[in-house]
Amino acid sequence: MKIAVIVFPGSNCDIDIYEALSSVCGADVDYVSHKQASLAGYDAVMLPGGFSYGDYLRAGAIARFAPVMKAVVKMAHAGQPVFGTCNGFQILTEAGLLPGGLKRNDSQQFICKTVPLEVVNNQTLFTSQYQEHERIALPIAHADGSYYADQATLDELEANHQVVFRYAEENPNGSLRNIAGITNRQGNVLGMMPHPERAVEAILGNTDGRRLFESLLANGSVKVEE
Amino acid sequence: MTKVRIFVTYKPSVFDPQGDTIKKTIHALGHDEVADVQVGKFFDLTIDAQVDQVAKTVKEVAEKLLVNFNMETYTYQVMEEN
Repeated sequence: MKIAVIVFPGSNCDIDIYEALSSVCGADVDYVSHKQASLAGYDAVMLPGGFSYGDYLRAGAIARFAPVMKAVVKMAHAGQPVFGTCNGFQILTEAGLLPGGLKRNDSQQFICKTVPLEVVNNQTLFTSQYQEHERIALPIAHADGSYYADQATLDELEANHQVVFRYAEENPNGSLRNIAGITNRQGNVLGMMPHPERAVEAILGNTDGRRLFESLLANGSVKVEE
Repeated sequence: MTKVRIFVTYKPSVFDPQGDTIKKTIHALGHDEVADVQVGKFFDLTIDAQVDQVAKTVKEVAEKLLVNFNMETYTYQVMEEN
């Protein structure tokens, strides 16, 4: 399985996600510039965290027009795994690959801490190595992480089991229904505000994120249902 | 040339945390008569077109780029034409 990590101007978690996949999980990974028009030869694509284009206009609003995004959309529609964390999640919503959007945190503050999460759905490409309703903890680091969608969309997300991670115990940013991560209807696109790539080695104090990448590597070649 | 100002705000149904924080500060200043504050942003576009032709440009630019319709909405006004 060959994985592309997209590098936008202002990405700052690209190295973390690259190393989580390559050094820690042994995957075949490349950095791919936002200027590339093609992702031919890749089986999965990662949109990293950071502040692409300085978060100008809205977080992710400019990045979605980068040349590489047409290829990302094509992969998503083809059912190949697409993962976005933090700014990557914001880009996926702006690109219309995931419903809803991310607003400024209710507290108006940039929040950087480890938070408890519930794995709501472990029947996805990205979460199969977790237990259902398992409690894990992952770092968050964002100012614009308050998930918003209208009531009908939220109901649809829940009915289709698209809510994959929820904030447990406390809601750090005002996200509706405590949503921390969602998939698209088909389940091959996952966006989440927490950073699993920052929690993959014991020496860093937390390995709860590692199984997300291991799930992807174990399931990556599985074709999703249309 | 036509100058157009596009205003983007959250939809009324969406909680605006900046507006809420500012409202509380206004109340701390003693102006309890201020019942609500909505924060938005505006974009001034100078468009190389006559005033009767800018609507299409404004609509496309706003809807494809400037506004996230999941949570935002917009209005615009013509500021100047010559």
